[in-house]
Amino acid sequence: MTSSPHSPTAVPRIAPDVPARAGAGLKAEHVAEILDTRPAIGFFEVHAENYMGGGGAPHRQLQAIRRDYPLSLHGVGLSIGGDGPLDRDHLQRLQALNTRYEPGLFSEHLAWSTHDTTYYNDLLPVPYTQVTLQRVCDHIDEVQEVMGRRMLLENPSTYVAFDRSTMGELDFLREITRRTGCGLLLDVNNVHVSCVNHQSSAEAYIEAFPMEAVGELHLGGHAPDTDDDGRPLLIDAHDRAVDATVWKLYERVLKRTGPLPTLIEWDNDVPAWPVLQSQAQAADRILERVTGVELKRAI
Amino acid sequence: MRSDTDACRTMSSFSAALTDADLPVPDGVVGPDGKPAPKRFNVYRNNVIVSLTEALAQTYPAIERLLGEDYFKALARSFVTEHPPTSPVLLWYGAEFPDFIETFPPLRHYPYLADVARLEWAWLQAYHAEDAEPLDPQVLGSVSPERVADVRFTIHPAASCISSRWPVFSIALANRFCLEDPPAIDLEQSESVLVARPDLEVGLHPMRPGADLFFRALETHTLQEAANKALAEISEFDLSGCLSDFLSVGAFSGLGPVGAPADRST
Amino acid sequence: MKTKVMSAAIVAGAVATAVAGISLPNTASAQAKEKCYGVSLKGQNDCKAGPGTTCAGTSTIDYQGNAWTLVPKGTCETMELPGDRKGSLTELDRDLPKA
Repeated sequence: MTSSPHSPTAVPRIAPDVPARAGAGLKAEHVAEILDTRPAIGFFEVHAENYMGGGGAPHRQLQAIRRDYPLSLHGVGLSIGGDGPLDRDHLQRLQALNTRYEPGLFSEHLAWSTHDTTYYNDLLPVPYTQVTLQRVCDHIDEVQEVMGRRMLLENPSTYVAFDRSTMGELDFLREITRRTGCGLLLDVNNVHVSCVNHQSSAEAYIEAFPMEAVGELHLGGHAPDTDDDGRPLLIDAHDRAVDATVWKLYERVLKRTGPLPTLIEWDNDVPAWPVLQSQAQAADRILERVTGVELKRAI
Repeated sequence: MRSDTDACRTMSSFSAALTDADLPVPDGVVGPDGKPAPKRFNVYRNNVIVSLTEALAQTYPAIERLLGEDYFKALARSFVTEHPPTSPVLLWYGAEFPDFIETFPPLRHYPYLADVARLEWAWLQAYHAEDAEPLDPQVLGSVSPERVADVRFTIHPAASCISSRWPVFSIALANRFCLEDPPAIDLEQSESVLVARPDLEVGLHPMRPGADLFFRALETHTLQEAANKALAEISEFDLSGCLSDFLSVGAFSGLGPVGAPADRST
Repeated sequence: MKTKVMSAAIVAGAVATAVAGISLPNTASAQAKEKCYGVSLKGQNDCKAGPGTTCAGTSTIDYQGNAWTLVPKGTCETMELPGDRKGSLTELDRDLPKA
C-alpha cells in the first residue's frame, strides 16, 4: 500500500487532559457543525466502538476534534462483568485507540454484554457476589495492564436485581477500587434510575459513594415507565434533557467531590447541537456555583 | 472454570432468554420486593432487539425503505434472533443479512432485495475501510509499453464491486442515495456497481459491460490476463474505458510487482 | 464462437488511451456529486455512517411483528416485475443474463 497522509499516528494536541468542567458526547450528526464553529466546551467523549473501523471519515473527524479538544474514550462493549474471559482482540482495539488518540480519560462499565460468543449490545446487570467481584477485578487488572493506564469504571443503571447477590453495589464498587486501583465514573443519572427502580435513596447512595475514586461524572436523560406492579421504572434512555432531580443530585455530588469532568450524554433522539451544548453550559453553571471555581470560557 | 456455577447459570439463562421471548424470565431475577419481575426483565429484551434492529436499519436504509418500516423491523427481529452479533463492533454487524434476505421464503417475490442489501453492505465497508492513496494514473502511464500488459494492480482497500442481474444501482439511488430525484427503475435491466472511496467520499459507479468480471480478475491476474477473461465473456468489453473508469474513481491503490512476461501463446 | 484475444500491444494501447484521458485522479468525483451519490451531500453522509453504539437503554418498544405473516409496504410495492410475471421466480429464471 502506498504511504498515506492519514496513517494512524498520534494526533498533536493542545489540550491533553480533560478539564474539570462540562463536556458532551460526540455524535456523528454534530461533527460537521462542531468543526465549523469550534464551540467552547470542556471536552468530547466518544464511544470507542464507533472508531474501530480501519479509516475513513470517523477517524478523520476524530483527529480533527482531537486537535482542538480534550478527549475522553468510553468503551461500551468490553463486557467487564462477563463470566467468560475478556475479548483479547477487543482489548487490543481499545489499546490501539488509546495509543492513537491519547485520550485524557478512559472508562468502561460495570456490566456484561457478551456471553459465550454472542454480543447483546446492552449493558446487562451483574450479580454482586464474591465470585463476580473477583472476576470483575481480574478483568480490570487485565485492562489496566494491557492499556498501561488507570481506567474508570461506571456504576450501572439497572432494572432488576439478583436474589443471589450477597453484596450491595456500593460495597462492590468500593472493593473493586481497593483491589484494582481503578477509578470510578459516577453516572448521576444512573444513580437516580437505579435508586428509583430499586426503591432506595439516591441521596444515601451518593452520601456513601467512594468519591475519592471518582474521576468523571455523567449526566443524561431517562424515560419513565412502570413495572409489573405499577411501580415507577425508569429507563436509562439518554433520549432527552437531564431531569431536574438529576441536576439536584449533581449538586449534591459536586459538594462532596469539587469540580470534575462532567459529561452530558444524549444518544437517542439526538437534538440539534445547540440544545446539547446548552445542557453542557447548564452543567458548567452549576459546577461554578456549587464549587466556587471560575471556569475559563475559552477552550 | 470457576466454581461459581450459580452466577454462570444466571448469565446463561439470562442471555438465552434475551433473544427468546418464549423462554421464562430467569430464576433469581427480581424486583425490589424480591419477587420475579418479568416486565423489568423485558426492558433488557427490548433493549437488545430494538438496538440491534436499529443498527441493521442504519446499515440497510434502502432495504428498510423498500420493505417499509414495520416489515423491516419484523424481518430484522428474525435475523437478530438467528444471527446475533459476535463482536461489540456494530459496524461489522449484519454481514449475513443479504443472504438471510435471499433465503427468507416470504421474500421470494422480491428477488432483487438481496443484491441491494449487498450493495449497502459494500457501501458501509468502503466507508470504514483503511485509508489509502489511489493509484496515480501517471504511475501506470510510466510503465513501459513492453511491460504494461503484465502489471498487476493492488485493489484499493475501500474498492469492491457488486454484480447483479437486477438494477441495483438505480434501486439504491431511488431508495437511499438520491431520494430527491429518484431514477426510473427498469427491473429488466442488469446493473453492476463499483464501490470506491478514494478519500472520504464513498462513490457508487455503474459499470460498463464486463467491467465487473475484469475488476474481479484483476485481483489475481495481470492486466492482460484479466482483460482477456472479460473479453472472453463480453464481446463489447472496452478495456480502455474500464481502465479509465477504475483509475478515475480510485479503484486501485498501487501496482504490484511486474513479474516476468507471461506466456502469450494464446 | 468468440476467439478474440487482446495482444500485449493492444493492452498497452488501451492503457495509453485510458491514462491520457484522465487529467487528474478523482476527477470522477466531481461527476459523482452531480449525480447525487457519494457524500457530496455533506452532513447527510454523517448520518449514513452505519450503526453507532449507545450505552443507553431504549424507550422504543420492540415492534413484535412477524415477517412470515406481514406484507411489505415499502417502495418495493411500486416496483412491478416485468410483464405480468409478478412474483414468479421460475418464470424469471428464463431470462437471466448469461453472466
